[in-house]
Amino acid sequence: MKNIGKEKALQMLEQMIRVRRFEEGCLKSYQQKFITGFCHTYIGQEAVAVGAMAHLTPTDAYITSYRCHAQGLIGGLTSREVMAEMFGKITGCVRGKGGSMHVFSKKNNYLGGHGIVGGQIPIGLGAAFALKYEEKEGVALTFFGDGASMQGTFHESLNLASLWDVPVIFICENNQYGMGTANDRALANPQVSDFAAAYKMKGYEVDGMNLESSYKAFGEIIADCKKNSRPALVNVTTYRYQGHSVSDAGLYRTKDEVKCWKEKDPINSFYKSMEEQGWIDEEGYKALDKEMKAEVKDALEFAKESPWPPMDELTNHVYA
Amino acid sequence: MPITEFRQALNQALEEEMIRDEKVYIMGEEVAEYNGAYKVTKGLLDKFGEKRVRDTPITEAGFTGLGIGSAMMGLRPVVEYMSWNFSLVAIDQIISNAAKMYYMTGGQFSVPIVMRGASGAAAQVSCQHSHNLESFYAHIPGLIVMAPSTPYDAKGLLKAAIRNDNPVIFLENEMLYGDMGEVPEEEYLIEIGKGDIKREGTDVTICAHLRQVGFALEAAEILAKEGISAEVVDPRTIKPLDIDLIADSVRKTKRLVVAEEGHKFCGFGSEVSALIHEMCFDDLDHPVIRVSQGENPLPYAKNIEAASLPDVQDIVAAAKKSLYK
Repeated sequence: MKNIGKEKALQMLEQMIRVRRFEEGCLKSYQQKFITGFCHTYIGQEAVAVGAMAHLTPTDAYITSYRCHAQGLIGGLTSREVMAEMFGKITGCVRGKGGSMHVFSKKNNYLGGHGIVGGQIPIGLGAAFALKYEEKEGVALTFFGDGASMQGTFHESLNLASLWDVPVIFICENNQYGMGTANDRALANPQVSDFAAAYKMKGYEVDGMNLESSYKAFGEIIADCKKNSRPALVNVTTYRYQGHSVSDAGLYRTKDEVKCWKEKDPINSFYKSMEEQGWIDEEGYKALDKEMKAEVKDALEFAKESPWPPMDELTNHVYA
Repeated sequence: MPITEFRQALNQALEEEMIRDEKVYIMGEEVAEYNGAYKVTKGLLDKFGEKRVRDTPITEAGFTGLGIGSAMMGLRPVVEYMSWNFSLVAIDQIISNAAKMYYMTGGQFSVPIVMRGASGAAAQVSCQHSHNLESFYAHIPGLIVMAPSTPYDAKGLLKAAIRNDNPVIFLENEMLYGDMGEVPEEEYLIEIGKGDIKREGTDVTICAHLRQVGFALEAAEILAKEGISAEVVDPRTIKPLDIDLIADSVRKTKRLVVAEEGHKFCGFGSEVSALIHEMCFDDLDHPVIRVSQGENPLPYAKNIEAASLPDVQDIVAAAKKSLYK
C-alpha cells in the first residue's frame, strides 16, 4: 500500500466504486427497458482495469471487448457520456450509434469496445505498432476475455507482436467463463499466460480480485514493456458476479461458487487495506459511495432527458 | 506518353505516395525481400527500408487487424493480400472492424487503410484461388471498392485510395499485371466513383470492369465488323458506382450488357441491372443482359474452366441478343 500512496489509493477506490455503481445503474435501467440490446457488466472485475490503467499516460492507448463501460469511465469519459450511449442518445460518447458494446473515446486514445470475440486483439497490436512507428513512448493495453484466448487472432497477434517487438500488453481478463462455458471446458490450458513462452515473450499471472496486486504487477509490466519495447501476456484471474450479459441468469454455476468469489470482493478488500493504513474510515467510504451513487443518478437523468439521434445521424459517418 | 506495365504503374503509385507521406507503409506476405509475389512492390524495400515495407507471416487476420489499429492511430497502411482469396480469413477484420469503425464511433475513428492484391480467376488455379469478391465487399456500407482495368486507371486510383480516409478494397487481376498502357510522367489522381467510357458507340452499352474491359473492347471490334456500334463503359470503382455514366450511355443506346467475371446470383451485374431497370425502364429496348461465370466453383481442367468463365464470344452473343440478332 505504501507504494501506492493515499492520494492514488483514494482515486482508484473512487474509480472502482464508480464503475460498480454505474453498472448497477445499467442493470436497473435495463430492467426498466431504458437500455436495450446487449449489455455486459464489469461488476467483480473492477480491480483489473483500474489497476492496469492507473499507470497509463496520455500517449498510451487501450482497447477491449464488448465489456467496455469500465475502461471508458476509468480513461476519462464521464458517467453522463457513457450512460447516454447506453440509452442510445445523441449525447452518448458515440452519438447513440454503438450502445453498450461500443464505447470509444478518441481524445483518450480509447480504441473502444468491440463486439466480435477476439476481433479487437490485432487492433490493439496495431495501435502499439503505430506508437512505435511514430517513435512515441507508449504502450497499448489490449484487454480480452479467456473465451477470446483461443481465437486465431489472439495467436496471430502474439506472434506478430513478438516478431516485431511491438509494445503491446495482452491482458486476458480470465473471469472463468466464456459466456456459459467454464474455461476448463473450452481451453486446453486455462492458464493463459503459458502461451507467452510459446511466443517468446514474458508471461504473468496476476490476481485480479486484489487491486494492490493488480496495481503493483501492471506497474512493473508496463514499465518493462516501455523500456524494452517488448510485448507481454498477462493472465488476470477475476470473476464476473453477473451473468455474461443481462439476459444470462448464470445457471451454469452454483450460488456457493459466486458467494466464494464475492468474499474476495476487490472493492471491499481494497477499502479494508486503506482503512488499515488510516487513509479512510467508514464515514469516508460512505461519503464516497454516496457521491458515486449521486453521479450515476445524475447520469441516468441526463441520459433520460437527452434527445434521440436526429434522423440525419442515420446516414452520417458511413464514410469519412 | 511512356508505355508502362500494369504492375509498374501500381509500383509507381506506391512509391510516389510513400515519398509524399511518411505515414504510408506497406505490409503483406512476400512484399519486401521477395519483391512481391507479382512484383508489384519490387524495389520498395531497398528504397524505403524495412520499417515501411514489411514482410508478414501468413496471418491475414492478424496483419489486417494490425493495419486497422495503426490506421485508427493515424498511419496509412497499404496491406497486400497475395490474392484476395486469402482475405477471407481476415474478413471479420475487414467488415466488422474496418468498414464499421467510422460509423460506430460516431465519426471519431476513421480507418484510412488500402487493402490490395490479385483477385478473380487466373489460369487454371481451381476454385479456392479464383474468387471474385466484388459483390461481397461492395455489399458492405463503409467500404470503397476499386477495380481498375488499365495501367493508367490503376495508378491514378491507387494514389487516390491511399489519400482517402476510408478503407479501400483495391482489386487487381493476375492476368492484367503484364498489360502495357500509357501512363503520364506528371502526377495525376483519378476521382473515386468516376467511371470512364473506354470506347464510344451508339447501338449497345457494355458495362465491364477489370479483365472484362479488355474482353468487351475485343467484342466491340467484332461487333463493329458486323455493323454494330458498341459503347464500353468501365465504372472503375464498383463502390461508389458511377451509375449515372452507365445510365446516360443506356439512354443513348437503349441496351445494356453487364459483363463480370463473378457469379450471376446476387452479383455485380444483378445490381447494375436492377439500378438500370429502375432508372431507365422506359428507355430500354431489351432487358439488361448479364454475362457472368457459371453457378459452379471454378474447375481446374482447361476446357471446363474456359466454359465457365465469361469471354469475348459471350459478350458478342449477349450484345447481339440485346439487338434481337
